[in-house]
Amino acid sequence: MSDLSDLTISDAGAGLRNKDFTSVELLDAVTTRASFTEAQLHAYLVLDRDGARSAAEAADALLAEGRDLGLLHGIPIALKDNMCTEGLATTASSQILAGWKPPYDATVVARLRDGGAVITGKTNLDEFAMGSSTENSAYGTTRNPWNPDHVPGGSSGGSAAAVAVGSAFGALGSDTGGSIRQPAALCGVVGMKPTYGLVSRYGLIAFASSLDQIGPLTRSVSDSAAVLDTIAGWDRFDSTSIDGKVPDLSGSIGKGVDGLRIGIVSELMGDGIDPQIRSAVSAMASKLEASGAEVVEVGLPSSEYALSAYYLIAPAECSANLARFDGVRYGHRSDVEGTTEDMMSHTRAEGFGPEVIRRILLGTYALSAGYYDAFYGQAQRVRTLVRKDFSAAYEKVDVLISPTSPTTAFRVGERSADPIAMYYSDVCTIPSNLAGDPAISIPIGLDESGLPIGFQVMAPALGEEIMYQVAAAVESLAGFEDRAALATSKVVAP
Amino acid sequence: MPIDIDIARVAHLARIALTEEELASYGAQLEVILEHAERVQALPTEGVEPTSHPLPMVNGFRADEVGDCLEPESFLSEAPDSEAGQFRVPKILG
Repeated sequence: MSDLSDLTISDAGAGLRNKDFTSVELLDAVTTRASFTEAQLHAYLVLDRDGARSAAEAADALLAEGRDLGLLHGIPIALKDNMCTEGLATTASSQILAGWKPPYDATVVARLRDGGAVITGKTNLDEFAMGSSTENSAYGTTRNPWNPDHVPGGSSGGSAAAVAVGSAFGALGSDTGGSIRQPAALCGVVGMKPTYGLVSRYGLIAFASSLDQIGPLTRSVSDSAAVLDTIAGWDRFDSTSIDGKVPDLSGSIGKGVDGLRIGIVSELMGDGIDPQIRSAVSAMASKLEASGAEVVEVGLPSSEYALSAYYLIAPAECSANLARFDGVRYGHRSDVEGTTEDMMSHTRAEGFGPEVIRRILLGTYALSAGYYDAFYGQAQRVRTLVRKDFSAAYEKVDVLISPTSPTTAFRVGERSADPIAMYYSDVCTIPSNLAGDPAISIPIGLDESGLPIGFQVMAPALGEEIMYQVAAAVESLAGFEDRAALATSKVVAP
Repeated sequence: MPIDIDIARVAHLARIALTEEELASYGAQLEVILEHAERVQALPTEGVEPTSHPLPMVNGFRADEVGDCLEPESFLSEAPDSEAGQFRVPKILG
């Protein structure tokens, strides 16, 4: 079952401009696809049929007048449901925000609209983006298109599954410890976390503010660059947004890797990584070498402690960020009798799911008097050491490579009772969040069970250009084609 | 350092009303997680500056000018309770 919804963004854009089809037809293709796949996958929390239809009609009308808004003009794109959409319910997959309709658009949403993109709807996530499997959603689990008994990864699992199966041409996710790259790896799509500060977080429901970044999930590396190009750039509404030049992404794809120095991270190729993944990553490293790159082993010695540091820093920041959910200004309010404080404490107990409560308690503890320096302060110093390791590595090499995830997609329920096993899912992705650097996951093949394997390329801050250059070479060397059709064939009866 | 959590106090600080059973369960889970997190203490960090943020920036300033703002009704209508242009809450004192 291959149709318009299997096209890449660049092919769909070319077809639109060539008048082979319209934006309304592209939208019909993805909503038809969703009507076949949603019952099994549950990638979307809500499909905004009317809003999307109007946007597609408007995109067609503009194009007919010869007005072209750019690379995403007329392209159906999905949004992770932790990004505010004016008048369209935004829940972060939490009961505490059930039914809330934001009064404004997140900056990334406004930029997609200004670029002519068609917003298809809101995708499922682990509640407040806390999780690695999309099982922590208050509105049901998303399934992996490659095998619905398995998780899609998380927390941007809905976005990854939608892109993999063709119920969106691309999607936005957010990445605090790997939440774009890990689900992209598990669903066989391209997922990218930009340099911290490159994309505005205004209107993103905050999880851990020194780590969160918004980025694209797509079916090709050049599509990823097209989406990033549309959403990147300084924003007066985000005080952490970088006021400077946005990396030029247009020339970075297709240049190959001849003469580049590539470091394979030794600590991320050890026993904790599935042997099939290690061997696929090594094989790709050899192909890069055969294409003219110099591949060397590089150490990031502190990365061994990165996971532990992350699971203090992220909960600490989340415990502060989620203080705003108190039943006063939006969302759920408990009807318990008593004072405002009673109302707040019960609102939060009723509205938050177990993983969110776990992390708020963990963060509160790590920040509390007597424990602050031993836990949070020490984690921040480890973060400095991780950053120094990266700086030292980038004196020797242009980019770093590793697996994206230590395993391919695990079974639904397999890790939900064991937080430590779940947290380990992010061991390869967390170091880039601590450093604030860009990183991308590219699918390079399937394991013996037919589940996708992700390959990670990391680059120094604002090194998106060279990151995409290497990612495009990896994509072309992997030859992982017809992804949407292959994934779709597993969930849609012929 | 042995992990010692006064979980009831932590839950109170976080303003989450948990039952005794829930407190016991979360307390046990936190101990397991903190045993792993405690590994950060194994790394010598004397003289290492903490990183709170990846960017070398301090403050983003802009001119203090009157601009377009949201209409109060656009968000008050989403609040659990409001009155006379303000958020309404239960009594503050017990």
